[in-house]
Amino acid sequence: MAHLLILWPMSGSISLSGPRLTGFLCVLLVVSAHASRDAVSGNNETWGSPARATQGDPHHQNSSTTHRKAFPVLSFNYDHVKTPFEISLWILLALLMKLGFHIIPRVSSIVLESCLLIVVGLLIGGIIKAIKQTAPVLDSKLFFLYLLPPIILDAGYFLPIRPFTENMGTILVFAVVGTLWNAAFIGGMMYGVCQIEGAQLGHVDLLSCLLFGAIISAVDPVAVLAVFEEIHINELLYILVFGESLLNDAVTVVLYHLFEEFSHAGIVTVGDAFLGVVCFFVVSLGGVMVGTIYGILGAFTSRFTSHTRVIEPLFVFLYSYMAYLSAEVFHLSGIMSLIACGVTMRPYVEANISHKSYTTIKYFLKMWSSVSETLIFIFLGVSTVAGPHAWNWTFVIFTVILCLVSRVLGVMGLTYIINKFRIVKLTKKDQFIVAYGGLRGAIAFSLGFLLTNNEMKNMFLTAIITVIFFTVFVQGMTIRPLVELLAVKKKEESKTSINEEIHTQFLDHLLTGIEDICGHYGHHHWKDKYDAYVKRWLIVGERSTEPQLISFYNKMEMKQAMMLVESGSAAKLPTLMSAATLQNIQQKGVPSRRAIPSISKSREEEIRKILRANLQKTRQKLYSYRRHDLVMDPFEDNVSEIRFRRQRAEMEKRMSHYLTVPANRQETPSVRKVCFEPENKVYTYDDSESPRGRAAQPSPRLPDAISLLSKSPQRPNQTSALRAKGSTELRAKAPDEQEEQDQVKLSRCFSDPGPNEEEEEDGSFLS
Amino acid sequence: MGASQTHSAYKYQDLMTKTGFSLEQIKNLHYRFRQLSENNETLSRENLENIKDLADNPIKKQIVEAFFDKRNQHQNEMGSFEEIGFEQFVMVMSHFRPPTPKMTEEEKLAMRKDKLHFLFNMHDSDNDGKITLEEYRKVVEELLSMSGDIEKDTARGIADAAMLEVASTNVPNMGPDDYYEGITFEHFEQMFKEVEMESRMHVRFLDVDTRTIHS
Repeated sequence: MAHLLILWPMSGSISLSGPRLTGFLCVLLVVSAHASRDAVSGNNETWGSPARATQGDPHHQNSSTTHRKAFPVLSFNYDHVKTPFEISLWILLALLMKLGFHIIPRVSSIVLESCLLIVVGLLIGGIIKAIKQTAPVLDSKLFFLYLLPPIILDAGYFLPIRPFTENMGTILVFAVVGTLWNAAFIGGMMYGVCQIEGAQLGHVDLLSCLLFGAIISAVDPVAVLAVFEEIHINELLYILVFGESLLNDAVTVVLYHLFEEFSHAGIVTVGDAFLGVVCFFVVSLGGVMVGTIYGILGAFTSRFTSHTRVIEPLFVFLYSYMAYLSAEVFHLSGIMSLIACGVTMRPYVEANISHKSYTTIKYFLKMWSSVSETLIFIFLGVSTVAGPHAWNWTFVIFTVILCLVSRVLGVMGLTYIINKFRIVKLTKKDQFIVAYGGLRGAIAFSLGFLLTNNEMKNMFLTAIITVIFFTVFVQGMTIRPLVELLAVKKKEESKTSINEEIHTQFLDHLLTGIEDICGHYGHHHWKDKYDAYVKRWLIVGERSTEPQLISFYNKMEMKQAMMLVESGSAAKLPTLMSAATLQNIQQKGVPSRRAIPSISKSREEEIRKILRANLQKTRQKLYSYRRHDLVMDPFEDNVSEIRFRRQRAEMEKRMSHYLTVPANRQETPSVRKVCFEPENKVYTYDDSESPRGRAAQPSPRLPDAISLLSKSPQRPNQTSALRAKGSTELRAKAPDEQEEQDQVKLSRCFSDPGPNEEEEEDGSFLS
Repeated sequence: MGASQTHSAYKYQDLMTKTGFSLEQIKNLHYRFRQLSENNETLSRENLENIKDLADNPIKKQIVEAFFDKRNQHQNEMGSFEEIGFEQFVMVMSHFRPPTPKMTEEEKLAMRKDKLHFLFNMHDSDNDGKITLEEYRKVVEELLSMSGDIEKDTARGIADAAMLEVASTNVPNMGPDDYYEGITFEHFEQMFKEVEMESRMHVRFLDVDTRTIHS
């Protein structure tokens, strides 16, 4: 306890800069760990008994004291909270590390975050060892049951489906054949190495070598995610490496269990090998099936959650976790089950749940996976220092070399075969990145750790750790400059173009149609049928028929509005703003701007509610499978709705500018819309119009799509509140009545639905 | 049968060179053609529209129309046929071939342009070389036609926004009196510059004899 006391005065003088803070916390952690052990070992009785004495029988004369003890105002009972306290402290430490790294910008741009975390883990392990305590090792159970699932779920839920399915063949070949090749090659060659005289490895038999090969051959999703997330490589390569790392889990599981069983039995028969193959299919397909079942259950459950929105995210998490655990019960591939569950569940769940739940799910997944990943790397570092090691130069060095060699050979060979079947070939550059990106990580370590009764376990562990370090540090850090050097195609900023969306859909339908005319059922046909039938079951109500185009359009509008909100300056105008518009506006001079009155509070609240309702309906399909993307996601709930509407007015005005025949073109309403006022000013209400505003509009209940009012044509004069000043001019000239009404209707498109659009689901959730 | 067989073999050869299909593929397509046309020499619109699977397709009309569009025959004619023969059928189908590995870059570009033209023709129904706002609106309406009760304004809104986007991307410096008339083929191409059309727009044509497989 004295240690703790000494620390407190120090804390006052330490400035909270990143490294110092982290250092301070390291020490604090270590000391409390120490303290906890103290409490456990010796001091328990001393500290505990006063507490017990007060709770227990006051007349109990166990202690030798005869006088009545004073009531202990302050007592110390660390034992009580030991486990959660330590866990929380570890997690807190991990997160503070992460924080610290990003405060120091220079470091984080050179060194990978995962590398830094491992180094921190090493330091902590060193410190703990220095004070002669036993450091915690990365417990396999902890890893597989608690740390790994969030990462995999996060990856699976946000997996970009289209590239994944398009490249499924390639990914499977890499995952299955590639891993088998790696395992066989490494295992075999290591056995050969072990036969070399003078290496003192004669006791390693073939099966152990093969087992070792199986463990070390698998590409690790955690490491791949950690590294690839920072280099922003193009989608194809990302999905190839990442998909491979996910799908090779089945192979790894089978091989691992196979060789482990055999190494105890000692001999392998042909029958066993055959059973191994069967086992592989069972493991992988079984895992997928389990995942799919849970996914469907989850999707089905989400149909009924419209009255209890608060627990929606929990369903997603729990069903997925259950899928993982159920698969693990039968020794099926838990990772594949988890992926299958996330992938299956996602489209239906997203259509059914509220917007807030969607955001919650996204953020929680990212949060958990972030924490998990950080903890994994730190623990790797700690385990390295703590674990028992048996260093054998030959073994370790050859392992590293062979890993590299086999990976390169495997990728090259497989690509040669695969390219015969691919339409878009993989170039040499692609192959290099795929080969170089085959990182090993914590899964290999945990599998090695699980080895039992194996006298070579320590040696294996050492080699595994060395390989992990090598791949993460050397390969991980150099891949970024290499990507730059080789000018590998980077991920393009996805321009969400409404045109692209329209034409993609058109093309899909076209291809389906042509397939039908040709008479054979290609995959477009099946996809169509599947969509038609399954959606009816799993998506609630009318959303099952909501066309993707409309939701896409909504999303795009939302994004436009967001951009306005975020930027607030003319420099970052979204694409829809053309220079000409600006020019036009300014050319006409700045007319006397009408004093814009502020909306009354109640109106604003009404509008806010309405807009929130509108926002709720949008299904934003963010491809946020990168953790860093979350930071830039502007889709928060406190949108400046008025901006949003102004944006719509803007668009509508430009419509009239561009798209109508010149004779009909309205005079562009003036200026005001272009200037971006600060957020607290308000807004485009034209007070000259009667305050009927929203309340008076008899708007019918709108479909899920863009909230439109199908106005009867008799009311061209009623403009939305957005039209403000310009609207008077608009109303005045109506050369083409129909066109005019169309324009009005257009503006209607962008305005709110009527006030009837209450969002009951949001009721309990209103922040 | 001998004479007609050599005759058809000769025709097949011709088609093969013109369209690039293999003999097996052409035979399969011919079989399908005969199925659809109920063993007549020519195919009419009703034959295509009666295909069961097409019933759910929102753009069925456009697809059928594309078969009868003279522009897709690459003979610089305009207008449309009333009925088409097998050559025209195969010609239209040839737009959906995937690129072969042995193609040069120019051939790939040509194929890409071909496919884009096909798409363009589907939208540009009045054949004036541009897709006007009205035509574009129609496209979007058709796309959404099968999806339940969509307001007309929705489709219109989408089409308008899309048009606006094309306009501002391609003609960013429009003056105040300019008027964007419609999407020309160049602008259309521009929309797809990120997409690898030659590989995306293809259908797998079977080489094996599918006669026994379906009715």
